[in-house]
Amino acid sequence: MGKVWVVAEQREGKLKKVTFEMVTLARQIGGEVEGVVIGKDVKGLASELGEYGVGKVYVADHPDLEQYTTAKYTRVLAELINKEKPEVVLIANSAQGRDFAPRTAQRVGAGQVSDITGYEEGVFVRPIYAGKAYTKVGATSHPLIVTVRPNVFSAAEKTGGQAAIEEVAVSFMPEDLKAIVKEVVKQVSGRPELTEADIIVSGGRGMKGPENFKLLEDLADVLGAAVGASRAAVDAGWREHRYQVGQTGKTVSPSLYIAVGISGAIQHLAGMGSSKVIVAINKDPEANIFKVADYGIVGDLFEIVPLLTEEFKKLLKS
Amino acid sequence: MKLVVLLKQTFDTEAKIVLKDGKIDDSGVTLIINPYDEFAVEEALRIKEKLGQGEVVVVSAGSDRAQEALRQALAMGADRAVLVKTDGLQLDEMVVAEVLAKVLQQMEYDLILAGWRAIDDSSAQVGVRVAEILGLPQINLVTKLEVGEGKITGHREIEGGTEVVEVPLPALVTAQRGLNEPRYPSMKGIMQAKKKELKVINAADLGVNATPKVEIKEIFLPKGKQAGKIFTDEPAVAVAKLVKALREEAKVI
Repeated sequence: MGKVWVVAEQREGKLKKVTFEMVTLARQIGGEVEGVVIGKDVKGLASELGEYGVGKVYVADHPDLEQYTTAKYTRVLAELINKEKPEVVLIANSAQGRDFAPRTAQRVGAGQVSDITGYEEGVFVRPIYAGKAYTKVGATSHPLIVTVRPNVFSAAEKTGGQAAIEEVAVSFMPEDLKAIVKEVVKQVSGRPELTEADIIVSGGRGMKGPENFKLLEDLADVLGAAVGASRAAVDAGWREHRYQVGQTGKTVSPSLYIAVGISGAIQHLAGMGSSKVIVAINKDPEANIFKVADYGIVGDLFEIVPLLTEEFKKLLKS
Repeated sequence: MKLVVLLKQTFDTEAKIVLKDGKIDDSGVTLIINPYDEFAVEEALRIKEKLGQGEVVVVSAGSDRAQEALRQALAMGADRAVLVKTDGLQLDEMVVAEVLAKVLQQMEYDLILAGWRAIDDSSAQVGVRVAEILGLPQINLVTKLEVGEGKITGHREIEGGTEVVEVPLPALVTAQRGLNEPRYPSMKGIMQAKKKELKVINAADLGVNATPKVEIKEIFLPKGKQAGKIFTDEPAVAVAKLVKALREEAKVI
């Protein structure tokens, strides 16, 4: 195995957790683990990666890289790949990674394995049909681009160390600068993103109306959790599309998924089935969700959820 | 305006997955237009209607059976369809993209639309790869689209918010849920669809020389889960037991 690259995911000058998860995976794959950091004023992040045992970090630092666009990131990464010839390039399967990874793969003539959740002796494991089945995928040529699902691999621990830092010359072609980001609207919410959250509290048709999601938000706030919804709740207009978990929504893998008033349509199970621990709260003991749940309470959610919020509050305060 | 929609036929979202000889068995499975591609078809139709002129062409790479999905898009209002038959070819996302790009190179387009991913393999690669081959700018995961003079503006979903991006035409955009509500074909649309052009091309005749860079070594089904613990006590007791179990047994709190 040659070089295995971890393309750091950073926002506003901070490395995202998935970056350290990719370091863990890179070590499992073996070979020389190297990092790539792209952005503006990001040299500090390169040294930080070194503390996690990454031997060498390529830094593309340029004022034009402050704002992400597909073309700019693709230009930088594709040229670097062509020059340094890594064997495997790991990129976060985030909104950003998903956007420039396939574009880069095509430019360098590489295959890509998307949204992987496992690695076993040279092959990458990934869900298909939103987790109703899995495939093991291998490369027939290199480089290979791999996008890694956040929250699946454990984050690498600090090992202490210092990375050799190589600054990459960055220059753009006129066509790289054609896309203009007019505006970035941030969702004002103190809650984590669904795809990154460690705990998710999700509501379905049983919530009976948009106002009742307040119950789930209260519970989520105690747990530091994200709030999701089933397709039924989204179709009813109670929650925005971006919060939908399921085959036509987000695929999530938190350590704890609490499904409230969700019957467990196959569509929904597909999106959350890889959660480590699943809790179901539903008044129907025959509901499908109980077939996948590790723990369940059969009963009235309007009674149970407030009790649960109180109980967690007590526990987490003590 | 010339609008092209890339469309894939997929399993219905309710479909159960069954393996036969190590492969996914599609017998008896209802096939549909990939839901994200349906948003793309709808958006193309709306753009054409708004401008009062133009053409919507749907293009699919797949088996003969994908004609059903193309006919449905024609019934929704698309003007004509192209099926590129890929039977017998070794495929990965790159090869499919090369095949589609080859067909597109022989067509006129101002805007290409596709779903951001297909719900079956969920690779989310083909649309973007096509944009790269054709040298087009892209806007991915679009939830709102505005067509201007020689340019488009897309609102795209990013973690924790939305980004508004403008690119010059021609371009490729991928559709995300929230973009629109796809229409159902009308009876009139279904009747008209039968008379619309559906051209079939063999991918093998296109002279694409890309070969797969990845291969599927194995397909397997997830292990069935053990039955969980259900607490049926009165609510306060059940809740206390649940929290204790999450803390001490599952260790997730």
